[in-house]
This record gives sequence, structure tokens and C-alpha cells, in this order.
Amino acid sequence: MSADVEIAATGARAARAPAQVGRGPARHLQGWALALPLTLVLGLFLVLPIVMIVIVSFWGATEFSIYPAFLWDNYQFLLTSDVTYRVFLNTVKYAAITWACTLVLGFTVAYFLAFQVRSLGWQIALFLLCTIPFWTSNIIRMISWIPFLGREGLANSALISWGVIDAPLEWLLFSDFSVILAFVHLYTLFMVVPIFNTMMRIDRALLEAAADAGASGWQTLWHVVIPLSKPGIMIGTIFVVTLVMGDFITVRFMSGSQSANVGRLISNDIGLLQYPSASATAVILLITVLMVIGILLRFVDIRREL
Amino acid sequence: MEPRPRSFYVLSAFFALFLLFLYGPTITIAILSFQGPQGGLTFPMRGTSLHWFRDLFQEQAVGDIWGSFRRSLALGLMVMVTTIVVSVMGGLAFRKRFAGSGLLFYLVVTSLVIPSILISLGVGLIFQQAGLRVHWATSGFGAHLTWTLPFGLLIMFAVFNRFDPAYEEAARDLGATPWQTIRHVVLPIIAPSLIGVALFGFTLSYDEFARTLLTAGSHNTLPLEIFGMTTNVTTPVIFALGTLTTAFSFVVIAVFLIGYWAMGRRRARQGTDAGKGMV
Repeated sequence: MSADVEIAATGARAARAPAQVGRGPARHLQGWALALPLTLVLGLFLVLPIVMIVIVSFWGATEFSIYPAFLWDNYQFLLTSDVTYRVFLNTVKYAAITWACTLVLGFTVAYFLAFQVRSLGWQIALFLLCTIPFWTSNIIRMISWIPFLGREGLANSALISWGVIDAPLEWLLFSDFSVILAFVHLYTLFMVVPIFNTMMRIDRALLEAAADAGASGWQTLWHVVIPLSKPGIMIGTIFVVTLVMGDFITVRFMSGSQSANVGRLISNDIGLLQYPSASATAVILLITVLMVIGILLRFVDIRREL
Repeated sequence: MEPRPRSFYVLSAFFALFLLFLYGPTITIAILSFQGPQGGLTFPMRGTSLHWFRDLFQEQAVGDIWGSFRRSLALGLMVMVTTIVVSVMGGLAFRKRFAGSGLLFYLVVTSLVIPSILISLGVGLIFQQAGLRVHWATSGFGAHLTWTLPFGLLIMFAVFNRFDPAYEEAARDLGATPWQTIRHVVLPIIAPSLIGVALFGFTLSYDEFARTLLTAGSHNTLPLEIFGMTTNVTTPVIFALGTLTTAFSFVVIAVFLIGYWAMGRRRARQGTDAGKGMV
């Protein structure tokens, strides 16, 4: 870009037209033309699959194949079985506990990075250090807990050698504990990043003002920082809750197939080729997730907060 | 500079523990992958060796790891390029606030929050009922895009929220066509962020498991292959594979970060004559 552009830009800023980019009906046409690839991908691989799942959820199934029909059997079976309710409850439990843990961890880490680390260089370096695991394989990160938590793992042998316990703890691996630990391990990043992003935009003068007005550190945190961090907390919550509710692989792997959540219900049905019943469960799961997100989106305008 | 409050030291310790929590398990399996030939899945180490890495390179010991690696790499690159192009176009489109953009935005959010297994199931069902063969490069490719595109678009939203439209108006005032404006003004300005989009596009696809489960067909991608191994491999060879994959991910991340840094430097060298009277 040359100086001409810079100068012309200054001129353009001074004489800013109210309409931003493009005017009139042509704008809508151009918009859709540019959004066409996106619309195509989402139409073909998001909307159509959802429609297909809804349709198939009314179909019937034999042991080997599925056939078109209009049956309520799948839903009836699903909604009258207490397995469904237990599994949904379990899913909500995982989501709630993981959410609470990731929120506390994520908020604290983001707070440290945004307010206690003073140089931008260190902030970026430490932030990157936090985000790198996000870009590595989730399955490998799950496997990594085995030598740590197993019967003869590091945690048990350390506790035994310190004399804290006599026999290895059985509940460390393949239990609810290990499932939630893995969730927290995998998804805390999704809290750290949006909360850090929001905190970096908080005007530092507000904190000084609070201090000048006589607020203690905790009061500043509670009455200034937390309310202003809410958009980030909401976005992080959306990520963590949906990732945990839709998961099936972490629960299967970390519980040693002993616990169930809705995702596993679906994947078990898929394994048995019972696609209609898997679809019915999927529809209910999707409705649940979208309701939760619908409620959360009332508290935050994602596009503005990015 | 004023002295650090006590909370700084408490939080520093907390942060260090958090990093240990993040990286500890990965470091553990990295150490264990160098187990001696008699070693097992846990400590103690029975000697050190490269035995398990050698095992990885002998096809019969494990499945088709290298084939699945090539497929994951190819798929990741395909998804990366598509994600960049579609996200930039989508980002530009949303700025125009065209009629119906609100609806499209909700579709993007749905794509982000929908449980991955639903995409797998739905795409798999469509291909099955339409009599098409599922293949990682067709059904798998589309399924991955539903995961990478929302991230790409969110980054583009963040970029365009901070984008000064005066540059475009200036280009127009100087007689640039809309295409010239995008090619010579908008794209150079947003280029560094596109490295972020590329990083998300590649790595999210490269590591994706759930959305590939029913859409990859008869040829596994790497995450599927690794998951298969977790159920039937009980030797440290799986740690060796994990270590190698993680090392590869680190290299990929490093390449992107260096690219970002280099682009920043190139930009710092060029175009700083603005307002200094040099034309």
C-alpha cells in the first residue's frame, strides 16, 4: 500500500458515507453470491443430514436393514425407557461438573494472563503455550492419561510411596472421575481463550477507578472484572457445554465403556445398525443442545464480542 | 514499576500447575514410548530403546498407519484450502448485511454446536440411501468442513470487526474496481489472520474423529486408525505413535507460527512509508 492510499483513506474517513459497503438491492445479490459456497456446504452437509436424521427417526428397522415408514415406535421406546432418562441425566451431570471445573480453571488462568502478566510479549508467549495442546490429537491426549491413572500408574505409585494409601485406588481410571478429568483437560482451553479475549478489552482505567474508590481486590474482581467478562464466559460456556453433551468418544474411552451418555447411546445403536433408533435419540439430543444454546445466546451477541 | 501483589505469586504457581496438567500426560507418554522391548504400558521403564518406533515402521505390527497418515494429510490440506476460500468469501458476504444473513449466521452457529456424531450419522445415511459410496475425500471432506468453517468464519468476523473500511473507500476513490480493491487492499491487510484460519482448518480436520467415523468409508484416516489401535494394541507402540503424531502437530503449529511471524516482519518492512512523503 502506498502513501496515496493512506492519504485517500484519511479523506474517505472524513467523508464517510453512512451506508458501509455497497448500496441498494445489488448488495443483497452480491452478499448471496459471496455466501454461496458457504450456503452450499452448510446446506449439503448440515441441513440435509439433519433433515435426513429427522426422516429416518420415523423409519423402521430389521436386524440387517432399515425401511421407510412413518412410525412413532422409536420415540415411544425412547421416551418410555428409563435408560434414556438415566443417560440424559448422566450427560447433564458430566456437562455441569465439567462446566464448573473449566470455568474456575479457565477464568483464573485468563485472569492471570490478562491482568497479572504485564508485558505483551509474555502474555502472547504464555497464551500460545496454553493453546498449543488444542491443536494436537484429542485421542492421543486421552490415551496419555493411562500411564498416569492406571492401577500401576504414576498417581497410584506416588500415593503409595508417600504412605497416603495402602492399595492402589481403583477409581482413578475408567470411572466418572477419569471421564471428567479428561473433559477438563481437553476443553479448558475453550474457556481460557474467549475469557482472555474479553478481559483484554476491559479498560484498565476501570480497575484503577475501582481501586481509587476504595474497592478491595476481591471487590474489584466481583463487581468489575466478572461482570465485564460475562460475554467471554458465555462463549466459553457454549463451547464446553456443547462439546461435552455431544461427546461419545471420551466417555467410552475414559470410562472403559462402563458409563454412558447420550452420544454413546447413539453410537451403540449405530454399531448395531439400528439407524432409526439412533436417529430418534439424535433428534432429542439436538433439540436439547439447541435449547441450551438458544438460552445462552440471549445473554451474548457472539458476532459483536469477537 | 510497582511491586507485585501477593496474588501474582499465588496465581503464577496456579498457572504453572495448569501447564503441568496440560502437558504432563503428553510428556509421560513421550517418555514411555522409549520403553525397552520388554517394557509395558506403565512405569517402571525397563531400559530405553527405539524398539517401539521401529515397530511402527514395520507394516505388519500395526495397521495401515502410513496410508492413513497420508489420507489425513491430504484431507487436512483440502479442508484447509477450502476453509480459507469459503471463510473469506463468507466474511466478505456478511459485511454486506444482505437479507437472510441472520438466518445463515444461525446455521453457522448450529454447525458449530451440533454434536459431531449427528453429522457423521446424517451424512452417512444420505450417502447410504442415495446409493453413493462414502469416501474420506467426498463425504468425509464435507463433514469436516461443517466443523472447520464455523471457526474460520468466527475468525473472519473478529478480523472484519477491526477492519477500517476507509481503506476500501480510498481504493475506490483512487479508481480501483471491486476486485482490485479486494485483491490489492483487503487481502493483504487480512493475510496474517488467514494463517490462523489455515491452522484451524488443517489441524481440526487432521485430528477429527467423530465426524469421520461414518463418512470415511473403507480407508481409515489417522485418528480412526489410532482409535482402532486403542482397543487391540496393548504395547507401548501406541505411545510411540502418539508421540510421533504430537511431534508432527508441533511441527505444523511451528510452521504456521513462523509463517505468521515472517508475514508480520515483511509487512513491517513494506508499506511503512505511509505519511512520510515518499511515494
